[in-house]
Order: sequence, then C-alpha cells, then structure tokens
Amino acid sequence: MNFILKQPSVLPGFALTLGFALFYLSVIVLIPLSGLFVKTRTLSWEQFWNIVTNSRAVASYQLTFGASLVGSLINGLFGSIIAWVLVRYRFPGRSIVDALVDLPFALPTAVAGITLAAIYASNGWIGRYLEPFGIKVAFTPLGVLVALTFIGLPFVVRSVQPVLQDLDKEVEEAATTLGANRWQTFRAVIVPELWPALLTGIAMAFARAVGEYGSVIFIAGNMPLKSEITPLLIMTKLEQYDYAGATALGVVMLVASFALALAINLLQWWSNARRSNQ
Amino acid sequence: MKSLSITSTKDLLWKDSLTTESPLIRRLLIGTALLYLTFFLFIPLAAVFAEALKDGIVAYVESLLNEDALASIRLTLLVAAVAVPLNALFGVAAAWAIAKFDFVGKQILITLIDMPLAVSPVISGLIYVLLFGLQGWFGPWLADHDIKIMFALPGIVLATIFVTVPFVARELIPLMQSQGREEAEAAITLGASGWQMFVRITLPNIKWSLLYGVILCNARAMCEFGAVSVVSGHIRGLTNTMPLHVEILYNEYNAVSAFAVASLLTLLAVVTLAVKAIVERKTHFPTIVADPMSEVQTGSIR
Repeated sequence: MNFILKQPSVLPGFALTLGFALFYLSVIVLIPLSGLFVKTRTLSWEQFWNIVTNSRAVASYQLTFGASLVGSLINGLFGSIIAWVLVRYRFPGRSIVDALVDLPFALPTAVAGITLAAIYASNGWIGRYLEPFGIKVAFTPLGVLVALTFIGLPFVVRSVQPVLQDLDKEVEEAATTLGANRWQTFRAVIVPELWPALLTGIAMAFARAVGEYGSVIFIAGNMPLKSEITPLLIMTKLEQYDYAGATALGVVMLVASFALALAINLLQWWSNARRSNQ
Repeated sequence: MKSLSITSTKDLLWKDSLTTESPLIRRLLIGTALLYLTFFLFIPLAAVFAEALKDGIVAYVESLLNEDALASIRLTLLVAAVAVPLNALFGVAAAWAIAKFDFVGKQILITLIDMPLAVSPVISGLIYVLLFGLQGWFGPWLADHDIKIMFALPGIVLATIFVTVPFVARELIPLMQSQGREEAEAAITLGASGWQMFVRITLPNIKWSLLYGVILCNARAMCEFGAVSVVSGHIRGLTNTMPLHVEILYNEYNAVSAFAVASLLTLLAVVTLAVKAIVERKTHFPTIVADPMSEVQTGSIR
C-alpha cells in the first residue's frame, strides 16, 4: 500500500488553508527563529563558550532559573489550593475569583512590573509592613521571585482545575466507605490523580518565568551578578550593539525553552493518558 | 412524594459528607486561597488604580490627554489593527486544516504554532533585529533602499504578530475538532460551495470562540512589552506603544502618568477576562487563556 500523506475527504479548502498556514508560519516564526541559530555560526565555538560561561551570564542563569523554580513551586502549592477551593467549595465571589485568576496572564508585563515594584517598595502598601522586619523585596533578588511567582499562578490553577472537575466522586466515596479518613483518601486517591496535571502546571509556570522580562526589570534593581536576569542581560548586550553576545545568550535561552516545552509535552501526554484510561 | 424528597436530600447530604472536609478545614483552605490571591492579585489590581488616581481625577485625565500618551495609544491601536486580523485569518485557516483533515505532520504543525509561547519575549524581538537590523541579513539591502523596519512601525507589527500567532488558532482547534466533520460534509454533498459552507455552517459554529480568540489576541497584542521593546527604539511620539510609554514615564519618576496609562491596559485585561467568562457560559466549552501547549498538542479534547 502506498504511503498516504493525506486521508481523502470531501471537504474543500485543504490545500488553500494548509498552504496559507505553512507560508504564514514560515515567514513569521520559522525563518526568524532559524536566523538566531545561523547568526551564532559567525562565532567560533570558543567565543560562544566564553560568552555563555562568563561569570555575569552564569550569575544571571542562577537567578533566572533559581527564582523561576522557587516561584513555580510556590505556585504549585498555592495554585493547587486555589484550584481545589474553586472546584470543590461554594463561597461568595467564587466566580469573580475564578475569572480573575487569569489576570497575571492578561495583564501587560510592564504594568505588573511597575505595580509590584510600587507595592513592595519600602513605602508601598505591603513593603512598609515588611521593612520593620528587615525584609527588603523591591530592588533585591527577592523582588525577582515575587514577580516570577505573580506571573506563574494561572498556569498551575488552570492545569489542575479541569482534572479536579473530572475527578469521579464515587472513588472518594468508595474510599471513605472502606474506612479511609479524609486525609488518607486525599493522599491515596486524589493526589495520584492530580499529580501529572500538577507537574505540568508547575513546568508551565517555570517555563513562562524563565523567559519573563517585563514584570521583573522594574522590581529587580538589575544589579549585575546580583539581581540581573538573563533576558535583561540579552537586552543590555543588544543596547550595546553586541549582537553576537546577545545571540549566544539567546541560543542558550531558546534551547532551554525548547527542552522545557518538550518536557511539558511529555508530561501532558502522560496526564492525558492517565485521564483517558479511567 | 414529600417524604421521598426529604430522604433523598438526607441521602445527598450524607454522601456529600463522605467527599468533603470538615467546616474548619474548608474555611482554612478558602482563607489560604483568598489570602494568597489578595497578595498576588487583588492588591496589585487595586494598586494600579489607586496609584493612577493618587493626585486626583484631573491629573489622571490630564496624563491621558498628554500628546505623547495619545500618540502611544494611537500607535498601539494601529499595531493591533494590523496584527489581529492577520492572526485571525491564520487561526481560522490553520484550525480548518488541522481539525477537518488528517495529514502527515499535523503534530509538527501544531507544535510550530505553539512555539512563540515557549520563547522569551526578548528573543522574539531579537530574532527580528538579527534579520532586519543594520548588521542583519536584510539590513544592508533595506538601508540601501531606504526601507525602515527596525525601530519603526513594521518591526513593531512583526514582533507583535510573532508573539500573538497562537491565540486564535489555539481557541479554534480544540473546538473545531470536537464539532466533527459531519455537518460540513453534509453541506458539501448537498451541493453547497466551499464559501457557502464556511459562512452558513462553520462560522456560526465557531463564532463565540473566534470572538474570544480575537479579543485575547488583541489584548496580548496591545500589551506586549518585551518583544516590542527590543525592536521599537523607544522614540517618543513615534515608536512608543502604550506599554513602552508606561516604562518611560515610570523611569522618569512620573508615576501618576505611568499608572494612568497602565490603568487603561489593566481595564483592557479585565474586559478580556469578562468576555472569556461570558463566552465560556455561552459555549459550555473551556476557553484557553493560561493553558499554553494544552490539550491541542496531544490532540485530545476535554
């Protein structure tokens, strides 16, 4: 039998729509992205290595990936609680809260940045109560963490929520009638079901945080080696017309992003396989 | 009849008690959730408007009617007016091909559509600088022919299109997959032309999700900061979009004006979320906001 590229169909428009979609994606996404890799070839391997392992670059990776990881774990905990509360309980204002969870995603990152900087500054709404305890948030690495936690929340809530909604209550009922207390049911019945979706959500929040720029730069203070994130370092290099340096760091970020996207895909595949097996 | 309904309610209550927590834990969890959201959501949301109105409504209106602010609003509207229809057209075309046909490489196409979501906004801008900047591939040729793409409107539009490519397509693909092919196939076999089928069958079926996809795409287009920041060159009154204008004002310690412009963008975000809630109620189909690389990737439908 011949290898079939496309199953036959009576519906029209296949060549037109697919052709347009492929052309559009090539012009907008594929060619520009591959340009990044081509540009790095103007650098020798040694030059590339020196740029990406420079102490300022390494410090920026540590901050970017470290703060993203901690932020996404915080969101993993509180995002699950929020998803649980939204699905399982009824309380006044629930639907408004449900709609507003997506705000960090819909809000411009620059607006999030200046707002967080304003409220966590030493004279801000929250910052002034932290100041007496010697906790400085704005213009420190802690500020980076706050911004990256802010933007990651919707990802965890929105991956856990549908799984919780689909969860069959009869399994929980069975667990209870078989003598499990609520905590045992939660650990042995609910958590295993949630686990893949929760990991997916955390990975998404992490991936988003790693690339984040707008919300961080206003609150970070942007001190080299201390509170400078990698996207900002790329920006700084661009402003100094160091295109090769910016490109080298861009490739590192891009490879990290693609690896994360792949990991998220695998997690999602696992999560969906689990759900469809029920 | 009455007694029956009472026993069934009792029954329900008893069953409910099996699958819920004690009131104390319930309140504790709701409290924790709301406290977290207060710090990370409600306070920032309120702070935008409080900071914008700090010097009174007159100062607020004045900072919005400032010439540079108005120029930034006009530019943002213009950029969205180009980027959103293009991405909507792309979204419908890609969703039609992916949802209604089976072909080799479909997964790769879907992954490609999602790619801009995985890329840092700074890199989204950087790739266009590498193409069209003075040191870029087309840079010298463009300079010879006196065509400006970088640090001008075309660059801003391109970067915005890149960042917002996925949104309409991602709304439509799962919906159109779930709707199946029968209706369209019936229309065609009964003699409808392709265009008639699209206008009478497909469009009415997808209109709400298309509307939401367009609104979400629009919100993201107007709000993009990082990518646009790289390609714009920050020329006041010329290449400053609203988010960039917010940055400039803030860095000039003109916080009230910065938050005034920011409040407009925040309103846009809130309206977008309201539309999302309405569309979800209308279609009973989950819309996708913060769900990058969601079910679309694996091709399954919720």
